[in-house]
Amino acid sequence: MSDHEYTPSSKFGKWFNDRLPLLTLANHLTDYPTPKNLNYWWTFGGILTFCLITQIVTGLVLAMHYIAHADMAFSSVEHIMRDVNYGWLLRYVHANGASMFFLAVYIHIFRSLFYGSYKSPREIIWILGIIIYLLMMAAAFMGYVLPWGQMSFWGATVITNLFSAIPLVGESITTWLWGGYSVDNPTLTRFFTLHYLIPFLILGLVVLHIWALHVPGNNNPVGIDIKKPSKDTVPFHPYIVIKDAFALLMFCIVFALFVFYQPNILGHADNYIEADPLVTPAHIVPEWYLLPFYAILRSVPDKLMGVVAMLSAILILAALPWLDTSKVRSAVFRPLFRQFYWILVADVLILGYVGAMPAEGLYLLIARVATAYYFAHFLIILPVLGWKEKTTPLPLSITEPVLGGSPNLAAARSDEKIEKTTK
Amino acid sequence: MRKLKNIFFVLIFSVIILNSSNSAEKSPPFLETKWTFKGLFGKFDRASLQRGYQVYTEVCASCHSMKYLTYRNLAEKGGPEFSEAEAKAIAASFEVTDGPDSTGEMFVRPAKLSDKFVMPYANKQEAKAANGGAYPPDMSVLVKARKGGADYIYSLLLGYSEPPEGVELDDGVYYNKYMYGNKIKMPAPLSDDLIEYTDGTKATAEQMSKDVTNFLMWSAEPHLEQRHKTGFRVIAYLIILTVLVYFTMKKIWSRVEPKV
Repeated sequence: MSDHEYTPSSKFGKWFNDRLPLLTLANHLTDYPTPKNLNYWWTFGGILTFCLITQIVTGLVLAMHYIAHADMAFSSVEHIMRDVNYGWLLRYVHANGASMFFLAVYIHIFRSLFYGSYKSPREIIWILGIIIYLLMMAAAFMGYVLPWGQMSFWGATVITNLFSAIPLVGESITTWLWGGYSVDNPTLTRFFTLHYLIPFLILGLVVLHIWALHVPGNNNPVGIDIKKPSKDTVPFHPYIVIKDAFALLMFCIVFALFVFYQPNILGHADNYIEADPLVTPAHIVPEWYLLPFYAILRSVPDKLMGVVAMLSAILILAALPWLDTSKVRSAVFRPLFRQFYWILVADVLILGYVGAMPAEGLYLLIARVATAYYFAHFLIILPVLGWKEKTTPLPLSITEPVLGGSPNLAAARSDEKIEKTTK
Repeated sequence: MRKLKNIFFVLIFSVIILNSSNSAEKSPPFLETKWTFKGLFGKFDRASLQRGYQVYTEVCASCHSMKYLTYRNLAEKGGPEFSEAEAKAIAASFEVTDGPDSTGEMFVRPAKLSDKFVMPYANKQEAKAANGGAYPPDMSVLVKARKGGADYIYSLLLGYSEPPEGVELDDGVYYNKYMYGNKIKMPAPLSDDLIEYTDGTKATAEQMSKDVTNFLMWSAEPHLEQRHKTGFRVIAYLIILTVLVYFTMKKIWSRVEPKV
């Protein structure tokens, strides 16, 4: 991985490192040359790692007190909230942690989309990321089922029923998933097992994601290839470490505001009612982070096609490196793409909004238009843009962005010089 | 320019989140009252919690269970904080079936601090049969199980009125403007001077509604005071640390161009 040989200074270190090169790895991570112009949108990778570890640690303790049984799950959660020392804190951190995790992952993904981080040579990093995102959704969905409240139960019923849309074998698959003929105790116990397993799969994929990242190195806001190490890079430690730490702390403040002052605002009140298979809630809605996909699912009148559309909406992202035909990575130098990027962001937010609304009337119409646009963005706009768009000239390096003649960057540079001279 | 755009989208995003959490069904705005448990340092009004318990036990408890509460909770910190002797006396006024004893017989004894609140009905079926087919929900986490929380419960308790013209009500169904669908099977539970407060407070319907809602808020969130207290400390600590890390970062990055 590292391009230069590393020799530990101590004799023992050398002996150990010859047998297991952990010190070489540590040295690589410390020295790892990082573009020095990374902005704060790049700090979300570290924040996401923090989220994953937080979920695993709090989840581990919660699992010590939780009982995965249809008759006891709900009361065991109340037991955690009332009688376990700091159980309320663990549960609120875990429940809001899921939302924070998704907030961070959406920023992380949209950062990639803006700066073209998915393009060659980073396709594998991107695809690993999509797999992680899929697993996150599975883990979050199953985690939401565990408290066995009304939304847990009915959410599980709606989502597992989607599999029955598969022709011929759909019904059998659904029965197999449930472990019976409806969502019941066997469903709960297997969801618990899988909910415990998936985070460790994610952890493994995160290692691969970072490994794959360390081969070409980070993309950067300018989106050009840079020499590493060079004047354009800084070593990961301490420069990026301290910057990530600062961003993480800001993130934690927002996190803490939710946990301590609005712990239930992101959840649904119905989930504090114990699951009752005989009473269907007025509106069954998933957690906020799944709403855009829920809107896509409901916007297609046919059940099977709805499921196909929903899955394609995620899987289409995996093909993105090949759908985006532009050679220029960063949207900074793509004036047209930049417009369409923000329209896509708005489109996804609109999908999320209508996903929370009843699927009828105007809402349904908006959902359909937004769904069509979502696919059009990836299947039509991106490929065509790559051929048609006139991009602005790229700079030769990060330190000399002026060469390209971008007026904004030139202005920024001169500001800096003025600042220096006044000092 | 791009910064402006970002801020704009963050705003849209937060509006959407806030909106989706109180979507769909429309009911009149809730009645307003001042809750002491809201805000950065929100705490429960101890006297109100004690009165609220009295309302619960003398009125609500004849139909509504509170199965996740234990008599010891009444004496715990951050709750109504009855003295231990008072809580013991409260517990002892209820009877629970225990056993089997050494001869294999079940027996009835006064409840202890470690017992759960005694339930009004043996099971859901009995509760339904006694209430015209409607199940009086368990009230332990009721405040969190209703959109609008404490404001909703408070408004509902005071929201009974004659049905507007054209609304037909069956026997045993009452009109309440805050209830989902406006029809409720619980008759108006509180009226002025229904009970006599032990602390001499005048038992108006508003006072009782407020007290019992306070009590239900506590039962749904028994660690609310600790949560607020810990939360303030955690956030204060984080802010100080963030500021320190910010200056450390500035110092470290002063060695490179461009600076962060």
